Amino acid sequence: MTTVLAAAGSDPTTTFIELGLVVVALAVLARLASRLGVSAVPFFLVAGLFLGEGGIVDLGSSEEFVSVGAEIGVLLLLLALGLTYTSDELRSGLRTGAVPGLMDAALNFTPGFIVGLVLGWEFPAAALLGGVTWVSSSGVISKVLTDLDRLGNRETPSVLNLLVVEDLAMAVYLPVVAAIVARDQATKTILAVAIALVTVAIVLWAAMSWGHLMSATLNPSNNETLVLSVVGLMLLVGGVAQKLQISAAIGAFLVGLALSGPVQERASDLIEPLRDLFAAIFFLFFAIQINPSELPAVLVPAIILFLVTAAGKLATGWIAAKRIGASHQGRIRAGTALIARGEFSIVIASLGIALIDGPELGTVAAAYVLLTAIIGPLAAKNADSLSSLLRRSTPTRTPV
Amino acid sequence: MPDISETKLPGVGVRFEFTTESGEHLAVLVHRGGRREFMTYDAADPDRCSTRLHLNIDESRALSELLGASRVSEVTAGVEQEIEGLSIDWLSVPEASPFAGASIGAGMFRTKTGVSIVAVIRGGETHAAPEPDFVLAVGDVAVAVGTPPGINDARAMLHP
Repeated sequence: MTTVLAAAGSDPTTTFIELGLVVVALAVLARLASRLGVSAVPFFLVAGLFLGEGGIVDLGSSEEFVSVGAEIGVLLLLLALGLTYTSDELRSGLRTGAVPGLMDAALNFTPGFIVGLVLGWEFPAAALLGGVTWVSSSGVISKVLTDLDRLGNRETPSVLNLLVVEDLAMAVYLPVVAAIVARDQATKTILAVAIALVTVAIVLWAAMSWGHLMSATLNPSNNETLVLSVVGLMLLVGGVAQKLQISAAIGAFLVGLALSGPVQERASDLIEPLRDLFAAIFFLFFAIQINPSELPAVLVPAIILFLVTAAGKLATGWIAAKRIGASHQGRIRAGTALIARGEFSIVIASLGIALIDGPELGTVAAAYVLLTAIIGPLAAKNADSLSSLLRRSTPTRTPV
Repeated sequence: MPDISETKLPGVGVRFEFTTESGEHLAVLVHRGGRREFMTYDAADPDRCSTRLHLNIDESRALSELLGASRVSEVTAGVEQEIEGLSIDWLSVPEASPFAGASIGAGMFRTKTGVSIVAVIRGGETHAAPEPDFVLAVGDVAVAVGTPPGINDARAMLHP
């Protein structure tokens, strides 16, 4: 940490004060968000817009620390996500969620990709925008389902299984786009993509079949040792993955997947507070790089994307819930729950920040995530009134 | 036993559900950490759970004991409980028994039958883990643990 501060080229005191103010501001926002019962991600993004370039406050000397913190935040987000699932859940999720998952990808990746091309972007940036509009936010959705007491509902497993499929699809998608973004020649790109996919397949297979050995080695250790080993492993694997052009985030995700059993539970409890801190810094830093004066210009494509992909998620949720026998009200609830995009979309957009179209991609993604992360949970909350609107014939029922 | 269906909720836990004889649909959601949620489903919209209890581990244990109380006594009344070939039985000492007035050690139950007497119930009082010099009396009930044939042999010794 000292080297980071030294690199910032100013005395630590200023950095501490700046960082302290930023984190306290984030705390206030997180509190406000939990008061309102919504995810804090959109709040962090809005706060980031006010900071840095084009904003009203310049972060100055702590910006360098914040940028490293943001990178760690991505790794922790993905590590925590990998820790959420046991390998059994991955298998059964894949089995039941594969068909809706494919439909989900087709309906929600395509609009983003096409809008990217229409905006005149190069192929990599358009492929990234497709990713931004594809993946629902597991963070926002699990919060919404818990807050609305919907974990027991019949349609809920279909929503959760779809999230599993999306997250696994990311294990393939992220290394592929990372390889595409890194190379410019077509032949080299294909080779890099092939290397990335083979590596991920090997690591995933090893994690699924040998993960329990690693977990058994880590398990007897105390909390201090466990958190150090898991974070160390995450940074190490993430760094090596980045070296191989696979994207550090996927390395962290695979580490999370490999851990199982009791150590998985303990590790997720220990990682959670770390993740909350660094992920908040990541969202903030992402928005800092966006010039708010460019937001109005991307509002039209963002709103079009929102409308098209909200419909796409509604259709996906409808089909997924129908497959497990939910009635039309349950299907609407599943569809609306899926609208919210969040952390993953921002992670994907941040991959392309160095591209020529990167800044515009970032701005569209920020506007899009703000729209979906705010309207999505509201739609989920009022899903039942929505379905009675759609079907006047059924008796009107009080919304949850 | 009603048909209980099990659904995995990735990242959350497992949900068990069944329909009662009177047609109510109920479910228990077991969270990863052991926390449980008890819910019933709406009759008008069977996909939505309408009532729920949030129980921690201790509370759900207490509730299951209350619900299972009669069931537990039924099982104990059935006397025998088999744990992988291990059997437990309550053997009375009748008046005609050759071992009334003899110590457990003198009966050599373990040597002859492989059965251990782990407790003796006398007049409503339980003497747990009796020593070999514990003297059996008429009306005692010996709690014997062993293989089912061993227990039969021990019963034959006590009841000639």
